[in-house]
Amino acid sequence: MPVRREYLKEIEEKALKAKDKKALYGPDIDIEKYTQHIERGKIESLESLSRQVKEAAILTGISLEEKERAGSYMQIDQSVVYESLNKSYEGQLEIMSTPDALEKYDWMEEYFWKAVPVDMDKYTAQVALNMTHGYFIRVFPNQKPQYPVQSCLLVAENYVSQNVHNIIIVEEGAELQVITGCSLSKNDAEGIHLGISEFYIKKGGKLFFTMIHNWADNFHVRPRTKIIVEEDGSYINNYVLLKPVKSIQSFPVAHLKGDRSSAKFNTVIYGLKDSYIDLGSRIILEGENTRGESVARTIGADESVIYSRGDLIATTKGYCLAHLDCRGILFSKKSKIFAIPELVSEGSMKSELSHEASIGPIAEEQVEYLMSRGISKDDAVSVITSGFLNLDIPYIPEFLDKNIKEVIKATAKDAL
Amino acid sequence: MEEMLKTEDLWVSIEDRQVLKGVYFSMNYGEINVLFGPNGAGKTTLMMTLMGFPKYKVEQGKIYFKGEDITHLDLYERAKLGLGISFQRPPTVKGVSLEKLIGIINTNGRSREYLDSIIDKLNLSGHMHRGLNDGFSGGEMKRSELLQLMVQRPDLVLIDEPESGVDIENIALVGEAINSLLGKDKVKDKKRSAIIITHTGYILDFVNADKGYIVFDGKLLCRGNPRDILSEIKKHGYRRCAECR
Repeated sequence: MPVRREYLKEIEEKALKAKDKKALYGPDIDIEKYTQHIERGKIESLESLSRQVKEAAILTGISLEEKERAGSYMQIDQSVVYESLNKSYEGQLEIMSTPDALEKYDWMEEYFWKAVPVDMDKYTAQVALNMTHGYFIRVFPNQKPQYPVQSCLLVAENYVSQNVHNIIIVEEGAELQVITGCSLSKNDAEGIHLGISEFYIKKGGKLFFTMIHNWADNFHVRPRTKIIVEEDGSYINNYVLLKPVKSIQSFPVAHLKGDRSSAKFNTVIYGLKDSYIDLGSRIILEGENTRGESVARTIGADESVIYSRGDLIATTKGYCLAHLDCRGILFSKKSKIFAIPELVSEGSMKSELSHEASIGPIAEEQVEYLMSRGISKDDAVSVITSGFLNLDIPYIPEFLDKNIKEVIKATAKDAL
Repeated sequence: MEEMLKTEDLWVSIEDRQVLKGVYFSMNYGEINVLFGPNGAGKTTLMMTLMGFPKYKVEQGKIYFKGEDITHLDLYERAKLGLGISFQRPPTVKGVSLEKLIGIINTNGRSREYLDSIIDKLNLSGHMHRGLNDGFSGGEMKRSELLQLMVQRPDLVLIDEPESGVDIENIALVGEAINSLLGKDKVKDKKRSAIIITHTGYILDFVNADKGYIVFDGKLLCRGNPRDILSEIKKHGYRRCAECR
């Protein structure tokens, strides 16, 4: 049974009221100019994609052979072109597009626009008014698929506004790993990606979420994400941005509602060209004995401007422990990094919140140390930078790792 | 046979402060030389200058290594020519593990079995996956330095105060490791050359050094048997040495 029409109407009305509301952070984008709409047909397998699309997908960690994957979801521009669930995982989880889930389950009303406010800004409103799919993944109670689900949200044409709404539900006692890649198959594409992500982790559930963004010089990105974690649940988020982007602004929120729940954000940002990057994470510690950690590693190269935000907000009446670790290395005189940590305790007498933030150049004494071991200067900078970014993310193919190292090598030359 | 290392009238400054004031030094292949001297005399400066650290600016003079003028070569080029150094206080490199570094510098393709045997001997198995020198004790740092040099296999090893920060129990381990690095523990192994800085002279109980020098006020003085020099220093201090030159 589908979600009630009245509920959807309510959402629409709220969205209409917010359709011109500017976002709190980031440059304001004229979304009216992104009007291109392209309908695409389904494909039989990921191998049948065009060479360009395949390359773009691979660089976001997508396995075309779907080896070591529980399932796949792929969207190009506004169309869902591929959905699959590995047969051995049937009965453990389900994958479909969000509009299909809204048609199938009336209880989606409890999740759809329940975490992220629809009237947060014009971008949330735009997705509510013109949703172009997005994935719905639900792992059933106590199920723990061995391999991750992969999703790829790709833009292939100019002037597209990709407005996806993603929902993940990790039922009680279940565990799920998700690798999601967002990318362009055209390096000069001009457009915007708007992504609403609402994740729900039930009692004792675990979600490991890895997102790799590969955008390009003329592309704007405005994700809006909220994760609600119930008691004993845990959320781990790895986010990697290693390609230029015209502008990106996102401030995902993990709301630790349940006692003993936890969240960890690992964010790796490589600012290239004249990218405007405003990223961060917020952890709200509401339950007792909750734990949060936010680690950000940022490199400012070329003429990039990077805001690296981190908020820890304790509201619990009991104990909670959370730490922010926000470090940046500046590779270029023309780049700017703003590290903005914020700790808030709202009458939370037993909360322990801490942070360390630093911005500096690459340490010459470290480079010289490695050089004295017979490592060339470029290689030494590259090894130290890779180590600083600590790109130790599971299920990322080796060649992606190699690609990352090439980016480091190409830009690190200006570091000293 | 020409000298392995030679400096001619070496004047070196650090941030506009003159530290070395005309150092003439030479050593032959296979020799182990020991540098004594008070704090601030220029021992570490001489070592860091030989290795090519850019902070140590050569104002005047030349450095020759294996017959080649290396005065203007950078650190990497000197390491490739066969110079290696064990730091007194190496920097911490958090994101790079000792295991990773060993993998990178193992260009001679030493087997895993061999690496594991020396890691085990140096009691470093528990440190291989930690960031370089991150939270290492004094003794662990020295052993990590020696492990790196055993894999790097330089022809001339510069060792800056191997005993500093090392507890008595670990001094023997460090001393044996230096002997092993220099090839003195095996008859057939290639003998490496070394320059060792020491304050205490403990290392002389483990390493059979050929010559000793006192570095005083930026100059090299009093060449001789290292044990004799140490004994003189213990009796009369460094100043007498400077006075009797």
